[in-house]
Amino acid sequence: MNSVGLYIHVPFCLSKCPYCDFYSVKYDEHTAKEYIKAVKRNISAYNGVKFDTVYFGGGTPILLWREISGLLTDIGGMIDNDAEITVEANPCCTDKESLDSLYKSGVNRISFGLQSSDDNELKALGRRHNAAMGEKAVKLAFNAGIRNISADIMLGIPKQTPDSLRETLRRFTSLPLNHISAYMLKIEPGTPFAAQRLELPDEDGYADIYLETVSLLGQNGFKQYEISNFAKSGFECRHNLKYWRCEEYIGIGPAAHSYYNGKRYAVPRDLAGFIADNLQETYITENDPADLEEYMMLRLRLSEGVDINELHRLFGIEKAAVLSRLSELPPKLYRRKGDIISLTPEGFLVSNAVIGILTNI
Amino acid sequence: MANNDYLSKIRNFCIIAHIDHGKSTLADRILEQTQTVAKREMEEQILDDMELERERGITIKARAVRLKYTADNGEDYIFNLIDTPGHVDFNYEVSRSLNACEGAVLVVDASQGIEAQTLANTYLAIDQDLEVIPVINKIDLPSAHPDEVKEEIENVIGIPAQDAPLISAKMGINIKAVLEDVVKNIPAPSGNCSAPLKALIFDSYYDSYKGVIVHVRIKEGTLRVGDKIRMMATGAEFTVTELGYMGATQLVTSDVLLAGEVGYIAASIKSIGDTKVGDTVTLAEFPADEPLAGYRNVNPMVFSGIYPADGAKYADLREALEKLQLNDASLSFEPETSVALGFGFRCGFLGLLHMEIIQERIEREYNLDLVTTAPSVVYKITKTDGSTVYIDNPTNYPDPSEIAVAEEPMVKANIYAPADYVGNIMELCQQRRGVFKDMKYLDQTRVELHYELPLNEIVYDFFDSLKSRTKGYASYDYEISGFVPSKLVKLDILLNGEIVDALSFIVHSDSAYPRARKIAEKLKDNIPRQLFEIPVQAAVGGKIIARETVKAMRKDVLAKCYGGDITRKKKLLEKQKEGKKRMRKLGSVEVPQEAFMAVLKLDE
Repeated sequence: MNSVGLYIHVPFCLSKCPYCDFYSVKYDEHTAKEYIKAVKRNISAYNGVKFDTVYFGGGTPILLWREISGLLTDIGGMIDNDAEITVEANPCCTDKESLDSLYKSGVNRISFGLQSSDDNELKALGRRHNAAMGEKAVKLAFNAGIRNISADIMLGIPKQTPDSLRETLRRFTSLPLNHISAYMLKIEPGTPFAAQRLELPDEDGYADIYLETVSLLGQNGFKQYEISNFAKSGFECRHNLKYWRCEEYIGIGPAAHSYYNGKRYAVPRDLAGFIADNLQETYITENDPADLEEYMMLRLRLSEGVDINELHRLFGIEKAAVLSRLSELPPKLYRRKGDIISLTPEGFLVSNAVIGILTNI
Repeated sequence: MANNDYLSKIRNFCIIAHIDHGKSTLADRILEQTQTVAKREMEEQILDDMELERERGITIKARAVRLKYTADNGEDYIFNLIDTPGHVDFNYEVSRSLNACEGAVLVVDASQGIEAQTLANTYLAIDQDLEVIPVINKIDLPSAHPDEVKEEIENVIGIPAQDAPLISAKMGINIKAVLEDVVKNIPAPSGNCSAPLKALIFDSYYDSYKGVIVHVRIKEGTLRVGDKIRMMATGAEFTVTELGYMGATQLVTSDVLLAGEVGYIAASIKSIGDTKVGDTVTLAEFPADEPLAGYRNVNPMVFSGIYPADGAKYADLREALEKLQLNDASLSFEPETSVALGFGFRCGFLGLLHMEIIQERIEREYNLDLVTTAPSVVYKITKTDGSTVYIDNPTNYPDPSEIAVAEEPMVKANIYAPADYVGNIMELCQQRRGVFKDMKYLDQTRVELHYELPLNEIVYDFFDSLKSRTKGYASYDYEISGFVPSKLVKLDILLNGEIVDALSFIVHSDSAYPRARKIAEKLKDNIPRQLFEIPVQAAVGGKIIARETVKAMRKDVLAKCYGGDITRKKKLLEKQKEGKKRMRKLGSVEVPQEAFMAVLKLDE
């Protein structure tokens, strides 16, 4: 049997950041323990399944480091020996003890929500850490023995300047990181940021920031492998790649999403319900996933791109039709190497419009 | 029954007023007071039964109703109240409605006084020899100044107004005085029941069961069910299947209509084109020698291309236009093709309001999304070979080398406003190439300005501009005065280097540069960024005179994708695709419908 990915949504935070619309509640120890029991129940139900990637996302999973360490020991038999096991962490809640414990129980990848190395920008984002704390946390993780460390960078933070972004990139690339995710700040409806009048970059501003980030990270050995993700060679996130390559993953926890047994489904955003139910409730979000649009949408996010022959094999689409659509695009948006089509950074920036044209077959 | 006594108990009248002075509300009160409509059936403005009329608070088409009134003298009277449209676009219909009456109740707002259409409609009534009886409405308003308004009526219109009833139609105050005035001051109709039939058509509409229902005023003669009738202008003949009177909420059948009466005829008439307003109905076997005076064919003055937003709905659009035409003979349309917009129709309207109403009704009642081109007027072109053509579509405008003389239609415009705004109004009229004729003081604070203006300058947004420059106080009214030679050029718009025929229009050469610059700017703002840079250019005779650029799109991405929630992303993409469907693809450029309309609103 093929191994699948395992995503565990840990919906606890100490406080809510004003731009975030992910599902989380205020951390308390008792609920957290109940929650982990429910996670264990649910994972155990997949008896016989082997996981080759495990990803604790949140929320702030590191808050539950004790419980996560225990869980990994308990379900160890279901996890491949060479599995990638990631825990998301915020610098404010990370210390030597937690990192040592996680490392010992098998965690080999930490993803830090650093966002910036400018203290004013961190404050604007409502983060609980400052730049020094962020750098210290990365070093602690490295010293604990974890060699696969990722950091998030936020692009387009209110008051971010080209200079402050360059400084953040300079400082991040001098840390022992081998993976960086760079996300553009998006104002989600219903968040406190949505209610404020923030001074944000315009379309051209965002595009300039993004292109400069791609270029600077590339110069420092972080190769772009997805719209928002950059890694040193061999450190691409195996778990996230499953999303883009239409591979299977099981999601556990409130608001977690799964793609398993040919269906996409999700768990309701309800922690109490998740704890109370013996097995988590799910609802189907898509009965027939992995159609042409989805395939293109996901594949074109990756630098490895789309193979025209695969489009023919999977969807019966003629090569000529694809090439004819391709000819409608400005050449600077894509690369073509033989039968492989991939987007350039400029192309990634307008990927919605590009996908719209390429799937109009 | 050889005697004509019944005539002395009939009063045929209409109500005339400026828009919003309370004409329809007064009509409602009259229906209520004569108990033609039971209170519980009473809806506001019952005569305006089109949804759009209710919303806009205007009367689009004339309607008529028969009421019974017991006067203070103890006698029962039959009132035929004819509701008339209040807008300049429908002037001819107004004049025919008036012609069906012997008198008119003139409603004047006690706080506003005389306005453009008060005068225009009063003059129309006087032209038809009607007895005009003034009524001062809205006396309940704190700003009412009825004495000055009375004086204004006497000075400006020249009819006695000292005894005019002071009423509030809204509050139902003093309505009875109006009814008594109608009995006393409006003459009874005259006519001879034995003379050859002459019935004036003043309105018609299509009923899906009975065919066209024609509203008539019998001027002479008698009409019975089974009679064979002839329309004197069109020559069409029909057999009367039903006739009767218009009750407020339903038709009341009768066997006969006599001279002096107002009623309806049904005769299995399929096309409203056979029942032209102003035409005379007579008996096929006993025809009148001469039709009634005053009939004319109404010509549309404003033209615009109407296209379905979704090209596949072309047949639906045709059906909608055909159905609307059943009730509106003044709407004309013929198929046209645009390179940019595909198959559509060139439609002719009486004026701008008429155009807006038709467009809105198509969208609302037939659920069709439309793309409409800029309204155009008719140009008269004398070619170098001596032939004359009338051009209502800029696309067909001849090459300048073939044009000997180009002429454009002019209007005589009367503008009424408080004297404080004269400067603003003159500035606007000058911008619109107006020629000042004269100015009169109506009283110490209000003036009447006369301008001659090119119709082409007022079809876009003249009234809106006039309103905004006079804080909404100005009113205006116009009549077509004929063609005059003019320096006209055709302005083409190019998107991505290709002419978009649907955006071309005719403009005076002096306005070509500013207009071109503004339109290029407007289009730039209304066309969303796309993967390519799009040059927006305006050209006259192949020479580019303005240019803007829609920059290439740089960001359109769903960057964050979290915890494998792929479905949400996909939905966002699908939503984007839906949005694209509402755009028109012109060559390689996606143009939203708003862009076509945006080019019209230049005075912002």
